[in-house]
Amino acid sequence: MSASERLRVMFGAAPLKPERITPAAQQVHKLKRMTKADFEALKQHARDHQLVNHKWRNRRWAVLILVNLLFTFSFWLDIQMLEGSLTASRFVGFHLIDLNSALQVMLAHRHVIVNLFIGTATVFVLWVALGGRSFCSWVCPYHLVAEWFEWLHLRLVAKKLVSDHEFHRGARSVFWLAFALLAVLSGYTVFETISPTGILSRALIYGPSLALGWVLLLLLFEVLYSRRAWCRYVCPIGMTYGMVGAVSPLRVEYRLEHCFHEGDCRKVCLVPHVLDVVIKGRAADLKTPIGPDCTRCGLCVDVCPSGALVFDIKGLNRLL
Amino acid sequence: MSDDTRDDDRAAAADEAAAANPAPTAGSRRPQAPVRRLSSRRRFIRSAFLIGGVLGLAMLGYVPVAGAHRSRLRPPGALEEADFLSSCIKCGQCVQVCPVAAIRLDDIDSGFGIGVPSIDARAQACDFSCDAVQCILACPTGSLTYRKPASLATRPGMPLARAPLLKAKAKDAEPTLNLPERIGVARLSRPDSCLAVLGKGFRGQARGAGFRGRLRYVERDRWRPVAVRDHPYERDLCNLCVSECPIGEAITMQVTVAADGSRQHRPQVLEQCVGCGVCEMICPVDPAAIVIDARQPWAI
Repeated sequence: MSASERLRVMFGAAPLKPERITPAAQQVHKLKRMTKADFEALKQHARDHQLVNHKWRNRRWAVLILVNLLFTFSFWLDIQMLEGSLTASRFVGFHLIDLNSALQVMLAHRHVIVNLFIGTATVFVLWVALGGRSFCSWVCPYHLVAEWFEWLHLRLVAKKLVSDHEFHRGARSVFWLAFALLAVLSGYTVFETISPTGILSRALIYGPSLALGWVLLLLLFEVLYSRRAWCRYVCPIGMTYGMVGAVSPLRVEYRLEHCFHEGDCRKVCLVPHVLDVVIKGRAADLKTPIGPDCTRCGLCVDVCPSGALVFDIKGLNRLL
Repeated sequence: MSDDTRDDDRAAAADEAAAANPAPTAGSRRPQAPVRRLSSRRRFIRSAFLIGGVLGLAMLGYVPVAGAHRSRLRPPGALEEADFLSSCIKCGQCVQVCPVAAIRLDDIDSGFGIGVPSIDARAQACDFSCDAVQCILACPTGSLTYRKPASLATRPGMPLARAPLLKAKAKDAEPTLNLPERIGVARLSRPDSCLAVLGKGFRGQARGAGFRGRLRYVERDRWRPVAVRDHPYERDLCNLCVSECPIGEAITMQVTVAADGSRQHRPQVLEQCVGCGVCEMICPVDPAAIVIDARQPWAI
């Protein structure tokens, strides 16, 4: 998949089958045609080898909780490490400003002071290095809560009590543009009013608010109607960080040779369209980087029994 | 599992079947089956409702700010309300640095003003205990600012005639506050209940034993504000609004002598009033006889 294709997919287009498959990959595709018995045996073999662990999930939850607690305790205990909230803060004095919040303020206010610019630039560089949407899964408190409620949703789906209703993923691009436009036209940071990320972050630091009712409604919507709807189809923060992630060297890489095409990764993924490449016959090369919409949450890395999905830093192999 | 998901699985299965026959022209689109066409139309309509619904709910935030029926007192150095709401990034760093916790963040009932700082002066006024107006220093976006860019609006009557003198710093080399504009102005709104006007004194805790507000009493401790309930007063004539005002020449007790020789007292707000709200907080009658008109200019 080319870089422009990956971007296109993030903005909502359906992934296309590859135009050209390298001879090496074609060879592997060909070799993989086998009988069902072979396949079952191989699958069992892989299962025996590698039971699902939660290494990356546990690390991620620990980081997410620690970052948010650092905000909370910086204020409560007055240790002044990380002052502010997720929209804007100061880490031992250095300004950090959330890219989407900065965008909303810049568009609504149209006056950028030096501290705002410095904080935004710092965060931009930080998330280019750390993978863009990794903000979502490694920092955003709504992501964690939504992950817990997703478990409930999946239980209800399994019992056939509710069903998942998908939306068109292009909706998120429409939201991103609409919120940017509304900020310019109204002069208010409209998105911040309903942003569960901002609401939760402030509630964790400054105490509970009525706004938590809105967050609860969102979670109920996700449990009863549409799996992870906010993160998948609405949140412009994810889109903003996705664009940053497009140029990030840190990503998950797919290794065709190790893949049994069982599809476990697509079942756990928040953004399964980025894993379209794991479908049998889709991979255009032996190694494929996963697209910028990937939140680098590592659930696929954890769940893959054969190590076909791994964290990778672009260019690092060449350096070492 | 929904119809759509099943369709997708079926499609994926078909794709896998297609892959079994080496197809170098992969990527060409098959015509959609009627079932898929229907479900993708349903999905499109659902998505349109989602977009309309979420944007509609977000725009509800306009309702509380449109009428501005509740005029909130903003922290010192705040831009004009429209600029303030557009530039505030809702991070609460001003809340974190305030030594008397005067600043609170507004809730979702403020619409677009959610997460924006305000001060409830009656509960806890800004007494400039920090000396340097630290909330302004903490603000990352210039919503609170020492020096407003010329391009941003300023109403007449908002700029102070001169830098306000902070009584607590009177003996310092630099006794003034870096605060060019007021945030409101005090007004004796209920002279009938004002103890000074009634010629009464005051003894005890200004706001009762349950009041949690704090105030800096320089003579007790310049750097640590004290709970108002721990600092009882004893006044033959109540003058708390005048004596506790942290700003120099902002309020005075006007004395008029009547024809029969009796003396009438009345707190008089002066032009140097910055609108910090200490007079409203300390006023011992309930409701307060003197209040802050938030964001109002000096107009006499």
